[in-house]
Amino acid sequence: MITGFVALYIFMLAAFTGYEIIGRVPTILHTPLMSGSNFVHGIVLVGSMVALGNANGFWQILIGFVGVLLAAGNVTGGFVVTDRMLGMFKSSED
Amino acid sequence: MGAWYYIVNISYFFAAVLFIYGLKQMGSPRTAPRGIKWAGGGMAVAVFFTFFQPAIHGAWLNYLLMVIAMAIGGGGAWITGKRVQMTAMPQMVALYNGMGGGAAAAIALVELYSHEAFIKGEAVLFMAVIGALIGAVSFSGSLIAWAKLEGKLDKPFRVPFQQLINIGLVAIIVALGIWILMSSLSAPILVTLFFVVAFAFGIVLTTPIGGADMPVVISMYNAFTGLAVAFEGYAIGNPAMIIAGMVVGAAGSLLTWLMAKAMNRSVSNVLFAGFGTDDGSQGEAIEGEMKSVEPFDAAASFAFADSIIIVPGYGMAVAQAQHKLWEFCQILKNEHHVDVKFAIHPVAGRMPGHMNVLLAEAGVPYDMIYDLEEINPEFPSADAALVIGANDVVNPAANTDESSPIYGMPILDVASAQEVYVIKRGRGTGFSGVVNHLFFGDNTRMIFGDAKQVCSDLSAGLNEI
Repeated sequence: MITGFVALYIFMLAAFTGYEIIGRVPTILHTPLMSGSNFVHGIVLVGSMVALGNANGFWQILIGFVGVLLAAGNVTGGFVVTDRMLGMFKSSED
Repeated sequence: MGAWYYIVNISYFFAAVLFIYGLKQMGSPRTAPRGIKWAGGGMAVAVFFTFFQPAIHGAWLNYLLMVIAMAIGGGGAWITGKRVQMTAMPQMVALYNGMGGGAAAAIALVELYSHEAFIKGEAVLFMAVIGALIGAVSFSGSLIAWAKLEGKLDKPFRVPFQQLINIGLVAIIVALGIWILMSSLSAPILVTLFFVVAFAFGIVLTTPIGGADMPVVISMYNAFTGLAVAFEGYAIGNPAMIIAGMVVGAAGSLLTWLMAKAMNRSVSNVLFAGFGTDDGSQGEAIEGEMKSVEPFDAAASFAFADSIIIVPGYGMAVAQAQHKLWEFCQILKNEHHVDVKFAIHPVAGRMPGHMNVLLAEAGVPYDMIYDLEEINPEFPSADAALVIGANDVVNPAANTDESSPIYGMPILDVASAQEVYVIKRGRGTGFSGVVNHLFFGDNTRMIFGDAKQVCSDLSAGLNEI
């Protein structure tokens, strides 16, 4: 379990990392990078699995189920479209 | 702490490292294809080991449902992701993003229904509630963005007292949120109501926004989902979710700001002001008329040019003209030795970098494609500029006419080329409803018609020379 200020530091450092990553990216990669980061927040799947795994009773299980389903869509779809787009970029020397 | 505790958490650590490394690789066209595979590997590891997560106490039924849900969601997204056309990419990204937001909100709902979050202390409860709000707004907002881009919701429509409704919904959300935070036990009705109002807010926020503002909106909801994931990561004690979510949240926020800046507007202006929907001044009246030319005659001018610059816009995407355009450019390059460059405005199309993806699909090498700052000094020395389906991003009124709604927006300086050719479907105004002075310029010739057909005709014209 992460507590109080340690979490705050994690949040801060991760935010700067994100800022640095996209700061100098050429416009040409904005779409793949956006859909790539769209894929990365698909890590929510891991959390949804835990939520469904611990769900009790009909409503919790139903919502947990929908959560995993949506998250799996985010992960898979995000990966497939990003991979397709990046595969198309080539330079004249290739 | 059993062995699995360590194994699972080490896998999350590796996933976080691979996400950041993968995203970093995606910052350059050469390494980018590897980058997404690194990130994908990290994701696969994290998801696989979560099946052995000791924090899961559920029965076998829970695991079975997990696998079924993953098969349905993952399978559906796999098929649609493989089949979707490149022109439809913005709405697919919006859809997948909305699903992530919905998943974050679902985690919060399960936590808040089950007293879990109420036992773990105020900080956890607070983060769970905020994450639920942002996730739900991103969920419904992205779905609306998807529907709009799919053409299922045609017009930006505004209800009367839009701002009052927005403010009212925010007030209700804040009140309900505080109420939940003050409760010592879970109140399912309250939590459900909170979620429903947040969901409605996402809808009301997104419906009035027009198509050309979608790059900002899609990028913003991407950042929202990232933040929601980070907050829920804190609520359920998962550092991989905090790091990945926060990295995306920060990167997405920066990208959103860059997009808005490229239109010389603030993000709140994009969200709340509407555009081209208010009556009144649409810029100075125009004297003169459009001069049209047949594709065959235009092709002759291109063939004898030394250098031309092509400016694609959303109209090229609508007409699916990117392949025919590239065929035309290849003939120009290879048989007539014309130097061809592509100029792309940051907000051309319906998501950041939309045009780059379409040109890449057609086979255009990325070193022929230039950003706004790089290419603008080159227009005066270009023999011809060819505008295909772009409008507001080449409108000189943005530089000269203070009464124009788009005044101050950085534009591609097409008008300074020796000759300007504009492929356009009809004589109407663009998305913003602003008259384009470029089309009436002395050195401008209009080629009216479907962009794809015109490109074919241009190629045919070249071949007859």
